[in-house]
Amino acid sequence: MLLSRDSGRLLSPLGAKITLAVLLGVAVLVPLSNLALPAGSTFHIPTYLVSLLGKYLCFALLALSVDLIWGFCGILSLGHGAFFALGGYAMGMYLMRQIGERGVYGNPDLPDFMVFLNWKELPWYWYGFDSFPFALLMVVLVPGALALVFGWFAFRSRVTGVYLSIITQAMTFALLLAFFRNDMGFGGNNGLTDFKDLLGLDLQAGTTRAGLFAATALVLALAYLLCRWIICSKVGRVLIAIRDAESRTRFLGYRVEVYKLFVFTVSAMLAGVAGALYVPQVGIINPSEFSPANSIEIVIWVAVGGRGYLHGAILGAVLVNYAKTYLTGAAPDIWLFFLGGLFIAVTVLLPKGIVGSLDQGLGRLPWGARWRRSAKAEEGAAGVRGVAGE
Amino acid sequence: MSDAVSETVVPEGAARPLSPESKRSLADTILYMDGVSVSFDGFKALNDLSLYVTEGELRAIIGPNGAGKTTMMDVITGKTRPDSGAVFFNGNVDLTKLDEAAIANLGIGRKFQKPTVFESQSVFANLELAQKGGRGVFTGLFARLNGEQRDHIDRVLERIALTDHVGRLAGDLSHGQKQWLEIGMLLMQDPDLLLVDEPAAGMTDAETAKTAEMLQEIARDHSVVVVEHDMEFIKALNCHVTVLHEGSVLAEGSLESLQSNHDVIEVYLGR
Repeated sequence: MLLSRDSGRLLSPLGAKITLAVLLGVAVLVPLSNLALPAGSTFHIPTYLVSLLGKYLCFALLALSVDLIWGFCGILSLGHGAFFALGGYAMGMYLMRQIGERGVYGNPDLPDFMVFLNWKELPWYWYGFDSFPFALLMVVLVPGALALVFGWFAFRSRVTGVYLSIITQAMTFALLLAFFRNDMGFGGNNGLTDFKDLLGLDLQAGTTRAGLFAATALVLALAYLLCRWIICSKVGRVLIAIRDAESRTRFLGYRVEVYKLFVFTVSAMLAGVAGALYVPQVGIINPSEFSPANSIEIVIWVAVGGRGYLHGAILGAVLVNYAKTYLTGAAPDIWLFFLGGLFIAVTVLLPKGIVGSLDQGLGRLPWGARWRRSAKAEEGAAGVRGVAGE
Repeated sequence: MSDAVSETVVPEGAARPLSPESKRSLADTILYMDGVSVSFDGFKALNDLSLYVTEGELRAIIGPNGAGKTTMMDVITGKTRPDSGAVFFNGNVDLTKLDEAAIANLGIGRKFQKPTVFESQSVFANLELAQKGGRGVFTGLFARLNGEQRDHIDRVLERIALTDHVGRLAGDLSHGQKQWLEIGMLLMQDPDLLLVDEPAAGMTDAETAKTAEMLQEIARDHSVVVVEHDMEFIKALNCHVTVLHEGSVLAEGSLESLQSNHDVIEVYLGR
């Protein structure tokens, strides 16, 4: 049984504090050590590493969005890569428009790939992407709108469990095929790349990269707080109720489909933001981001870190992606076997993930048990006072 | 049909024309089922079932396995749509057109056969979730309990004897305590009509007696329909009893009168 880690439970408040402290810490320290320390210093972080860490944090935000729906509402989406990619494309379109006449063909009105395809004018859905605020709006609105429409049909028809997972896979696969097509107007197979600058700042500059890293860490911290706030509100308790006993929740008068739609849409928006932060740091967005395997990988990050804790998802995403970076460099052939083996090992040995096992393990230690008891008593008292969740 | 339920002539212009043999006063009928049939793959779970529950009544429903007791509850609470027949609540609300959440918000609460509480949440949170009012997402994000609501939870905790367990996870409670918690959740919901499916199943004798006491107390200010197998429990409830058999009503009356009813003995009691 997966316990709710909402109010007053041991690792949750502690885990939340640690998570926020670490995120705010790295937001300041990583850029600082990259920019202020000389290249020879032991504590200097090279620019490539800053971007790599930034990428991990984008994946952590994506994992957080999946944990919000999977860990707390039991919605196992195997298509969250699609929302990530859509957010990424929205940001990529803005970055493409920023290239202006510096493209290979030097066309001030059209991106290179459109000139190559002999297009004469900009398609209507590219209008507005010259504006950064508009692009930011699209980063959340496009994934949000897709989630809203998709979720409305799925949840209203009471599609749950493995059936929902399968149609989310189908959704991301359909988008993969669509974005591969040149006449979709999103660069086809090659996607969008050759970005020059963001808000007039050179994307290759160390300061821009450090700034993007800090922004990613701060956005992740804010997103984490947003998720905590939802989970600690009454809505969070209803979501957990839906996860554990859906029809009971219905018979209490809650509109289960509305709650699912709400949390699914919020989650898709967070995934879109993660994609938008990812694209300027890796310099490319192409249809492979829609690949179904990517979406399954996200679920593995969450399972490894510990489902239903929020900070577990962040930890899992960073650890698995660090392992991926290391292994794809050291032994590229075995990476996929490792990923598969990891998922089996976690399922068998650590069914609650790293954070879940830590939480249980601490309870067994003498001082941990005492700690847990006092946390429980505190929770009980908080419950009586009716301020549970604060 | 029984003669124990008060028979009055239907007022003119009632919500729906009634068949002559089922004339009832709609004014004090909280639940009205007429000619309800449900079949699953050819099996008639309910067969022209007609049942009337008056406001404030405590009613027990018994019947052998497969008599349609649970299907009847599913129809009332919107989980199953009847193939034919009418189901009205409070005179003129057609329940066959509404979904589970809408019916629950109208004031019909349901307790499942298997105790169904939110196991990974505290007893307090279970009661809070069941509390009447405020079912929206956006109000839920900012919802805070006020003093009156907290008092309500305290009163219910006392009534279901779980005051000392308020901070425990519902999943850690004993079977009987879970049943009481679920009854408590119904009290928080404060419905006009409570449907209770086998509340005494799996309970010790002491727990059964206490549950019967609880239900009788609840029946003082709510209409309650109890489905139960346990004859001792029905006896303890001391109320009007309906016997279901093969999807329709076989007999109605007091438990004593039913125990001497030849049909009832045949299908149920005399086994």
